[in-house]
Amino acid sequence: MTKITNEELLNSIKTKFDNEVTSVTEPFGLLTIETGRETIIDLLTFLKTDAKLQFIFLTDITAIHYPETEKPIGIIYHLHSLVNNVRIRIKVFVTDGDVHIPTATVLWNGANWMERETYDFFGVVFDGHPDLRRILNVDDMTVFPMRKEYPLEDPNRVDKRDYFFGR
Amino acid sequence: MRNHPVFTDNDPQTELSTLNLGPTHPATHGVFQNVLQLDGERIVSGVSTIGYIHRAFEKISEHRPFYQITTLTDRMNYCSSPINNMGWHMTVEKLLGIQTPKRVDYLRVIIMELARISDHIICNGVLGVDTGAFTGFLYMMKYREDIYEIYEEICGSRLTTNIGRIGGFERNFNHIAFDKTRKFLTEFPKALKEFENLFSRNRIFVDRTKGVAAVDAETALSYSWTGPLLRAAGVDYDVRVMEPYSSYQDFDFEVPVGTNGDVYDRFLVRNEEMWQSMRLIEQALAKIAKEPSDIFHADVPDFYLPPKEEVYNNMEALIYHFKIVMGEIPTPNSEVYHAVEGANGELGFYLVNDGGRTPYRLHFRRPSFINYQMYAPMSRGMLLSDAIINMSSLNVIAGELDA
Repeated sequence: MTKITNEELLNSIKTKFDNEVTSVTEPFGLLTIETGRETIIDLLTFLKTDAKLQFIFLTDITAIHYPETEKPIGIIYHLHSLVNNVRIRIKVFVTDGDVHIPTATVLWNGANWMERETYDFFGVVFDGHPDLRRILNVDDMTVFPMRKEYPLEDPNRVDKRDYFFGR
Repeated sequence: MRNHPVFTDNDPQTELSTLNLGPTHPATHGVFQNVLQLDGERIVSGVSTIGYIHRAFEKISEHRPFYQITTLTDRMNYCSSPINNMGWHMTVEKLLGIQTPKRVDYLRVIIMELARISDHIICNGVLGVDTGAFTGFLYMMKYREDIYEIYEEICGSRLTTNIGRIGGFERNFNHIAFDKTRKFLTEFPKALKEFENLFSRNRIFVDRTKGVAAVDAETALSYSWTGPLLRAAGVDYDVRVMEPYSSYQDFDFEVPVGTNGDVYDRFLVRNEEMWQSMRLIEQALAKIAKEPSDIFHADVPDFYLPPKEEVYNNMEALIYHFKIVMGEIPTPNSEVYHAVEGANGELGFYLVNDGGRTPYRLHFRRPSFINYQMYAPMSRGMLLSDAIINMSSLNVIAGELDA
């Protein structure tokens, strides 16, 4: 099994997207890069169609919420190159008032429900998505429950306050 | 996929009937709703609605220490919950940098492969039921019971197992568990062979399944299919081989692949996987015999609960017990993606940790959720009865679909 290293992978990305790639990390050997929403589809297309990299498999799309930061909502893509047996994680952060990102359904049919799930829980609007509706929650729900401002439990409950745990 | 020869979209003569297949219908084996437009018995279009048993596991996970999340993973694919449990333990171990002893890895392989067999027994048995043969299902159910008895010996429960702990197992396997596993290995091959003989050359079964819901490799990949479904379409992607976890690299086994990606190929792939699982269990038993028999967990006092007698009589054990239960141990500030080969495909755990007592964000890549989205598009043009067996062969588990 030929396997390309993360350096080679990063170099071939940087030859085309040098200025667009910000923040490169490698937690537990998985190359993680950050980019902007203007370049995300170009980057995904490049990764998918490049003859050497061949990231043909979309493993997952999900999101994360960091409140009180400049760009609180992050959309996270996990891709897998089955030929090279290497994975990559791509993050795109967007501002709170403008949670829009182009859809990846143009590249993978499987992105459809993953994006619906991300919309359902985080309110990320995937522009160009063929059928962006809620998927697991009820249709008339008005909030996006996985955002951090929505507490899981009754906020009046006092037995789980941090000071009981010395914090 | 077949196209109906008579019907066209613009035909004003056609009166379509609407059929609500589900949410509770005996033929769907779970809570699945599909609103189908039918022309006679042909499906013209369908819309899937899911989420009937959504329990917000990802949100709950953000409020629980790591060891309390295991019970949530049980309830995803409840036909093979040990695989989910192990996948979660291994994710946390990867984050914390815990190296498990070889014996723990091999014990886990036994449990995971037993779970895979029990899951495939259900799926292939139900496929028989939906094509009109109840015998195979009832006959094989006895062996699922045998597997559940092995679970009982190890962890005390049967369906939602909560088996194992971070770092290993809560207690060592007793000799009854090993005896039952060996007994299973001697009895099950005969039954599986008979089961195969009942179906794989049965004229009625072959006619009902061959060529039905055929999916080519390219389509399967574009829909992010994994597991037996992708392998039936001819792609030999198996997480156990590509990214070995729990010492799968020490084992000798084969990954069966199909050619047509139809219901029949999925049946054959699952059957062959059961044979391979038995090979894996046999090898694991042989390897365990060479390991010291008293090791069943890694030496990680920060995360592995001490025995109760020590908690009562030993100061250090009491401190560890308290710190673990209260979630006081600092954890790395990092993120990790770990995938295991679940019975339905790649079961992934994406864990973002900020060093607190609970995950900052936990996302489950649930194979059923991703596999099922193709169901409505691929049902177009299919006979209703074919769509039913197609759903059985997708082996969509409602708990994993909705999480």
